[in-house]
Amino acid sequence: MDREPIIIAFCCNWCSYAAADLAGNSRLKYPPNVRIIRVMCSGMVHPELVVESLSQGADGVMIMGCHIGECHYIDGNQKALARSDMITELLEDFGFEEQRFGIFWLSSAEPERFVEAVSDMTERVKKLAQAG
Amino acid sequence: MLRDSMNVGAVLIVGGGVTGMQAALDLAESGYYVYLVEKSGAIGGAMAQLDKTFPTNDCSMCILAPKMVECGRHANIEILTLSDVTDISGTAGNFQVSINQRPRYVDPEKCIACGVCTDNCPQLVDSDYDAKTGKRKSIYVKYAQAVPLKYQIDPHSCIRLNKPGKCGICEEVCVANAIRFDDAAKKRKLAVGAIILAPGYEAFDPTAAGVWGYGRLPNVITSLQLERYLSATGPTAGRLLRPSDNKPVRKIAFLQCVGSRDENLCGNGYCSSVCCMYAIKEAVIARQHVPGLSAAIYYMDMRTHGKDFDTYMEKAKTESGVRFIRCRVHGVEPYSRNGDLRLHYINEEGRQVEELFDMVVLSVGLQISTHIRELAEIAGIQLSASSFASTSDFAPVTSSKEGIFACGAFSGPKGIPQCVVEGSAAAAAVAGQLGLRCEETPPLPEYPEERNTSEEEARIGVFICHCGSNISAVVDVADVEEYASGLPGVVHVERNLFSCSQETQDILVDAIRQKQLNRVVIAACTPRTHEPLFRETLKSSGINEYLLEMANIRNHNSWVHDDTSQATLKAKDLVRMAVAKVATAESLRPEAVPITQRGLVIGGGIAGMTAALNLANQGYDVDLVEKSDRLGGNALNLKHTYSGVHVPMQVAKLIDKVSVHDRIQLHIETEVSKAKGFVGNFKSTLKTPGRKNRTIEHGVAIMATGGQIFRPTEYGYKQIRCVVTSIEFERLHELKEKHVKQGKSFVFIQCVGSREKGRMYCSKVCCTHSVQSAIELKREDPGRNVYILYRDMRTYGEREYLFKKAREMGVVFINYELHGKPKVTEVDRQINVDVWDHVLHRPVRIKADMVVLATAIVANAEIDKLAQLYRIPLDENGFYQEAHAKLRPVDFTTEGLFTAGLAQYPKPVDESIAQALAASARATTLLSKKEVYLDGIKAVVNEHKCDGCALCVDVCPYHAIELIEIDRDKDDQPVKLVRINSAQCKGCGMCQGTCPVRGVDVAGFTMEQLSHQIKAALEI
Repeated sequence: MDREPIIIAFCCNWCSYAAADLAGNSRLKYPPNVRIIRVMCSGMVHPELVVESLSQGADGVMIMGCHIGECHYIDGNQKALARSDMITELLEDFGFEEQRFGIFWLSSAEPERFVEAVSDMTERVKKLAQAG
Repeated sequence: MLRDSMNVGAVLIVGGGVTGMQAALDLAESGYYVYLVEKSGAIGGAMAQLDKTFPTNDCSMCILAPKMVECGRHANIEILTLSDVTDISGTAGNFQVSINQRPRYVDPEKCIACGVCTDNCPQLVDSDYDAKTGKRKSIYVKYAQAVPLKYQIDPHSCIRLNKPGKCGICEEVCVANAIRFDDAAKKRKLAVGAIILAPGYEAFDPTAAGVWGYGRLPNVITSLQLERYLSATGPTAGRLLRPSDNKPVRKIAFLQCVGSRDENLCGNGYCSSVCCMYAIKEAVIARQHVPGLSAAIYYMDMRTHGKDFDTYMEKAKTESGVRFIRCRVHGVEPYSRNGDLRLHYINEEGRQVEELFDMVVLSVGLQISTHIRELAEIAGIQLSASSFASTSDFAPVTSSKEGIFACGAFSGPKGIPQCVVEGSAAAAAVAGQLGLRCEETPPLPEYPEERNTSEEEARIGVFICHCGSNISAVVDVADVEEYASGLPGVVHVERNLFSCSQETQDILVDAIRQKQLNRVVIAACTPRTHEPLFRETLKSSGINEYLLEMANIRNHNSWVHDDTSQATLKAKDLVRMAVAKVATAESLRPEAVPITQRGLVIGGGIAGMTAALNLANQGYDVDLVEKSDRLGGNALNLKHTYSGVHVPMQVAKLIDKVSVHDRIQLHIETEVSKAKGFVGNFKSTLKTPGRKNRTIEHGVAIMATGGQIFRPTEYGYKQIRCVVTSIEFERLHELKEKHVKQGKSFVFIQCVGSREKGRMYCSKVCCTHSVQSAIELKREDPGRNVYILYRDMRTYGEREYLFKKAREMGVVFINYELHGKPKVTEVDRQINVDVWDHVLHRPVRIKADMVVLATAIVANAEIDKLAQLYRIPLDENGFYQEAHAKLRPVDFTTEGLFTAGLAQYPKPVDESIAQALAASARATTLLSKKEVYLDGIKAVVNEHKCDGCALCVDVCPYHAIELIEIDRDKDDQPVKLVRINSAQCKGCGMCQGTCPVRGVDVAGFTMEQLSHQIKAALEI
């Protein structure tokens, strides 16, 4: 595979999208592979969207929300967390490696955490590509 | 209340910290015009400097920033930065205020906050925002999330301003031409009806008191400096390195009460109230940053008296391994050349101990600065002996001068929740004074009639921003422009130097009109800051504001990538994704929900009465429900507040006012038996014995249902005569009962039922109450022996002076630990109290004539029923759970419902009253309107797909979804469907993420739109 891998990142409006904004303000650098889709809450992301992303050719999918206990909508991220096991199982059924999916928690003031998550994920899917 | 037609409906608020912002937002939402005067270049105050906040460990900036943005955008709030009040004249209802606005040297109309000036500025100085741990340039923005997000020049260090003709680099590099070296101070005269002073505090500076080595030993830092080191936006990006040699910190000590409870070294005799908690928090967070870090807190009393604070401390001990050492450390010494520090102290076993640390943190107290004292002088209001604003317990935000209110740390050291409460309370006090002010609101901007685009094919316009060179230096914007013009549905593409500038808005409006655009993509920065601006532009051009999508090609692209080809490729992807999403965007309309302009207050104690009276004084009708046969609640058991106000007299006054007010409908011996509805539209059924049930309609409800005394089962209570609770003692004392009158030896036992398993919380009032009683006993007869057996004396704030006075009068304080509780026994009618004395290091036996148990405050039993009726949550101790511990301390997550008083957590009279006023202010933000408009981002059910499985009903955090049956076809069976109450829906999309049949979507983020974005992202 010679093209750069593409990672779809669902970022919640309140924390992770804001952290990505702040990464920009702070001029932190990270690999250009991630495509952010803004959602109101990590709990808004339907498992089907994760499968759909991978089926359409995404190399990885990230769901990023506020820290557990800090959800803007009381406990939406906990629902996202509860669903993530189901997503992993779904991926197995569809024949995708579970490493292609990751769920991350970060506050809006943690741009380096965002950068770290995106960098790790990029590395992960690149390794999978090599292995494949 | 002033009912003078001369009352001015504008209000001046001095101080743009969290207190001032809260007051501003509550007043502005209730229809007042607010001038928010801030002395620095941006609002946010001290909270903006904090890393995390206790007890939730929330990121401080994350919870504060939305409030700052709201202040910045509110049509009724005018922010005056770099401004000082120089004169106040006139009287309540009609003040004239002079303001001096210092020059910013940057034109805020032109500055687009790109930061090129800062990058090029050669002058580096200490950053106040980073508490001098880091540097900033002479031209700077206070912090990345500042409101207003405008740069400023520091005239003290700027080369050009000090040496005309030199430097001036910022002017050369500023593409927006925003630099104004000739900017000058401006004078403003404001006419206002009331003034709120919320100027905050300054942290104690330990430099002068040399014993801690601060300023001399680089690894001795203040708690505020540690806050910056821990912050991701701080000088070390969150890495805990010691300043002397950048070595990772492995062992850290916190010294409490630096600048507090200490008149010798710093002149501040009071307790600063917040340092114990912030030290624990910093220790816990530091350990998260450095696994294995050893943290020790050296303290006199741990004062963790707020809600959830004791649990937090217990977790710090057991889970984070923070050590707590009760002692006073008298000095810090250098140990080695590399920066290690040595502490000497006497431990609890009485031995001299020496310990080495990498870093020592001084938990500095809060104090009033000279600047603030000058402000008080200009305002002509009285200050307390410690220079805090003088207020009364029954009017906790009212200053000594009519029409001027004081709140936040200015009226006494306090934490963020209490500051927010007081900000709201001051708003209520102002509104109670000025009355209804809806007619003062400025006219809303007018928009042209909206074009109906629902039948049109998508005609998408793409506007690509250069952001000066912030985007165009990295992204080949011309290439992106050409690419965008080939995307499906796109009929117009253009580039702008600054898409957000006023000129560009006019260009956008023209383009939308001339090209008949019905969808717009702005490829620029982040929607989190700029979407509201472009929505306004869409409205101005006559199309629905939701037909907009932003592609974030700056923050998420040009600022984080260096490679032009990669960044250009990504910019094209982001534009393509935005085009794909906006193509199926639909016009949405904010939904209007009517408001019943009438309030319900449940509970007739001082909190309930205060809230009801304030609402009534503002002109709203109120139903006040009390379940017992008389008003007054727990306050009927109290004699004096901590500052000496006679409670029975004030309560009697309050009862009188409430009873005769023609807007208050009293319902005595009444309970709520049924409740339904949602914000603005509640219906509650009231049940009074012997009367027919009646249902009242109300727009808001305030739950002030109080608390009750814990009945102890230990220390011989109810078994040994003369072992009584503190409330019983107060009554006996007042009646001059013979055991009290003749008693020579009194023992008070603190924390009876508080701070132990099952009730791991502090009841907050008992320490002060016992100290007051002890002082009274000593005053009557100095020959009496009075003992207070305590775990931590929690006479926080200026209550500390009572503690000091009691010690001076000879009251004996003996510390005990939970594992070594005192024992009370009776032999031959003699009561003996046995306790371990930590000073003498041996057991002591006190012969007591009377033992007074300082018992816990617990939630009322009936609270469960109300919680179920109104679907409001309770915390683990059975008190009401507010929406957010820090920033929404009197709101519930359910809109339109509020809480005040003991029902939320134990608290003294002044705090109950402040909370009641705050609840009233929050309620008024709704009651002042005939209808409220809710954001159009709401869940919508697709009736053809929904099969009524009701999975979404369970996951909705706001109980906004219900299962209904409808007849779709006359012949068929009725079908099950879900229905969304859009007034309760907040658009989080939990339902959308759960629905197995794609039967529910959040408008603006539909499954279809998200799918389109995914497809577009992967179309390569």
